[in-house]
Amino acid sequence: MKKSVLLGTVAATAAFIGGAAMAAEGDTLKAVKARGELICGVNTGLVGFAAPDASGNWAGFDVAVCKAVAAAVLGDPAKVKYVPTTGQTRFTALSSGEVDVLARNSTWTYSRDTDLKLDFIGVNYYDGQGFMVRKDLGVTSAKELDGATICIQTGTTTELNLADYFKANNMSYQPVNIDSNAEGEQQYMAGACDAYTTDASGLAATRAAFADPENHIILPEIISKEPLGPAVRHGDNNWGDIVRWTLNALIAAEEYGVTSANIEELATNSENPEVQRLLGASDELGAMMGLDKDWAKNAIKASGNYGEVFAKTIGEETPIGLARGLNAQWTQGGLLYAPPFR
Amino acid sequence: MADISAPAATPFRLSMLLYDRRYRSMTIQVFVFILVMAFAWWLVGNTIQNLRVMGKDFDFGFLGQRAGYDIPSPPIPYTSDDTHLRATIVGLLNTVIVSVLGCIAATVLGITVGVARLSNNWLFARLMTIYVEMFRNIPLLLWILIVYAIFTEVLPPPNAYRGEDPAASMILFDNVALTNRYTAIPSLGMTNNPGDLDLGYRILINWAVIAFAVVLIGGWFLRKAVLNHAQKVQDATGDRPVTWWKNLAIMTVPSLLLIWYFGLHLVPPELKGFNFAGGLNVQNGFVALWLALTLYTGAFIAEIVRAGILAVSKGQSEAAFALGLKPNWTMNLVILPQALRVIIPPLISQYLNLTKNSSLAIAVGYMDLRGTLGGTTLNQTGRELEAIVLMMLIYLALSLIISGAMNVYNNRVKLKER
Repeated sequence: MKKSVLLGTVAATAAFIGGAAMAAEGDTLKAVKARGELICGVNTGLVGFAAPDASGNWAGFDVAVCKAVAAAVLGDPAKVKYVPTTGQTRFTALSSGEVDVLARNSTWTYSRDTDLKLDFIGVNYYDGQGFMVRKDLGVTSAKELDGATICIQTGTTTELNLADYFKANNMSYQPVNIDSNAEGEQQYMAGACDAYTTDASGLAATRAAFADPENHIILPEIISKEPLGPAVRHGDNNWGDIVRWTLNALIAAEEYGVTSANIEELATNSENPEVQRLLGASDELGAMMGLDKDWAKNAIKASGNYGEVFAKTIGEETPIGLARGLNAQWTQGGLLYAPPFR
Repeated sequence: MADISAPAATPFRLSMLLYDRRYRSMTIQVFVFILVMAFAWWLVGNTIQNLRVMGKDFDFGFLGQRAGYDIPSPPIPYTSDDTHLRATIVGLLNTVIVSVLGCIAATVLGITVGVARLSNNWLFARLMTIYVEMFRNIPLLLWILIVYAIFTEVLPPPNAYRGEDPAASMILFDNVALTNRYTAIPSLGMTNNPGDLDLGYRILINWAVIAFAVVLIGGWFLRKAVLNHAQKVQDATGDRPVTWWKNLAIMTVPSLLLIWYFGLHLVPPELKGFNFAGGLNVQNGFVALWLALTLYTGAFIAEIVRAGILAVSKGQSEAAFALGLKPNWTMNLVILPQALRVIIPPLISQYLNLTKNSSLAIAVGYMDLRGTLGGTTLNQTGRELEAIVLMMLIYLALSLIISGAMNVYNNRVKLKER
């Protein structure tokens, strides 16, 4: 009987994970419509990207993607249930079907796209990994961090980049493994680590939440490419298209000057044929994905176009103060380039 | 007299499986067995199908790939270039280290407190009760987090030890520095280092450690021989030769000679750059986990010890006192040996609990098995099923080993009926 007990244990585990995966197959669009609610995996709390405000309403740059998708699919940006995920739980939550879409500053990498069976549908923020230190530490370059203690979120690409960077520069460090940005912030503030490393945008967002942001500097070295983007499960191509083109609609809207202010007006009397197609005035682009013809209009109305979202959540007017940089439109010398709506 | 013959063997009918008492228990067992097997079959089939739908396979090949992440103060040499398998072993060793140290400390604490709770000193006994009830009734995770938070928030950063007039100063004759990252303690240095024994796989053991181990184990056996000899002399002549100085010499002289030969000395930690170097940095995550596990499990062991002592009949201690035995002799020679029979079986469960509870290490960033294999490796490779199954098997094996070893001990101390 010993052996069968063992097998039973293995089988029970297998079933536990397998059972959750049942939700993964099938038609996500149908499931979301039937549920009347989009389930969106977000960060556990990173000001500017995804964080609940005082009254518990989620807001931020990544949250705007959730709202846009909900508006495109269900016609109402409020019909979203936000599921906070840590660096460790996010991909399991997505592949097990716990969330429909993951909008949680996750880096698009080869192995995640292929081996983890995720589909990254695009990039909503072009980022790179940086380091933050206290000003009074007297460090001005990441090259001076030899022997330092560094706080790092476990289960992230930044964890691997950190190991590679210090190895490549023949330096040593002591990692302090933390689970979430909030914990990293606490450890860093308490001085339990000399430097905190994550995506530069995350550092800026974290620093903005400090009481004394002027006492902390983000070192100039950017040690990696971190294209952050929303992800969906591999295999449901129509759902992937919906999320991909919702993001593209936000980007294209900025390019064509469609804002939340003038969208109603442009929807009826725009001269630009592409804007007409985008906003559903001509052609039936929405029907090709099983959505209404107003899908893109609703998505853009949810929180505005890409530029508006950026300015409202993480832009230079906000405490986080990120410049557009690489995230400007291709026409402005940036990398944002939405394929044509045709 | 009517001849009562055995009832003629009734022909077997299918309904007898259910209504005949002779067959019914068998029928039920077979039925349940089939159900259980069917359930297992469904589980495995379901898993295989779902994995196929997700386009995943069941493959442990990821263990051979480069891990790519670092682990703070690994017990064996480890770099980010090593494989996930080696990271797993590092995690397993960390689990074993904290479990073994936790079990030892919890046992010492538990026995002390358990005995103290029965003390005649009212205040002392009540204080122990407060300790036991506090730790037994608050979840372990909270204790771990509280201890860790105290370390992080109260202790100064290494920076505070810098400069002409530092904000913090080292304790124990400038040998130990408490910081909010680790406790820097002196390490042992040798002026006459004999080098390392290479066990392969970059696992090195210093010859000096082996020499000390040999001397101490040899001394243990020599001491036994001396005691046996003394017993023999006593049996033969009635006079017991004095042994204490022989034993003391056996245990200390060779060690002292080795210390002199290798030039063993303490290397105090020294602030270099961002952190202390030279000594040994004991991570706060480890200390917090160890301390919390010890205090928590110690409270349970204290109750077990108390129950064990109370289970020994009062007549035993009265008889011992009547013979004129001192109270502490009574405890050590009469009460505890009898109490052990009651104490050991539940104690095994507590050791198992402590070992499994050590997986809460992830909360304080101590990279145990759950932190390496079940944390970073699982996350970087996306092999949830394989990692969890492997982790369950390892914990199962660990628990069976502990319980097996403790049962051997239990068989040695349990009541021997002759």
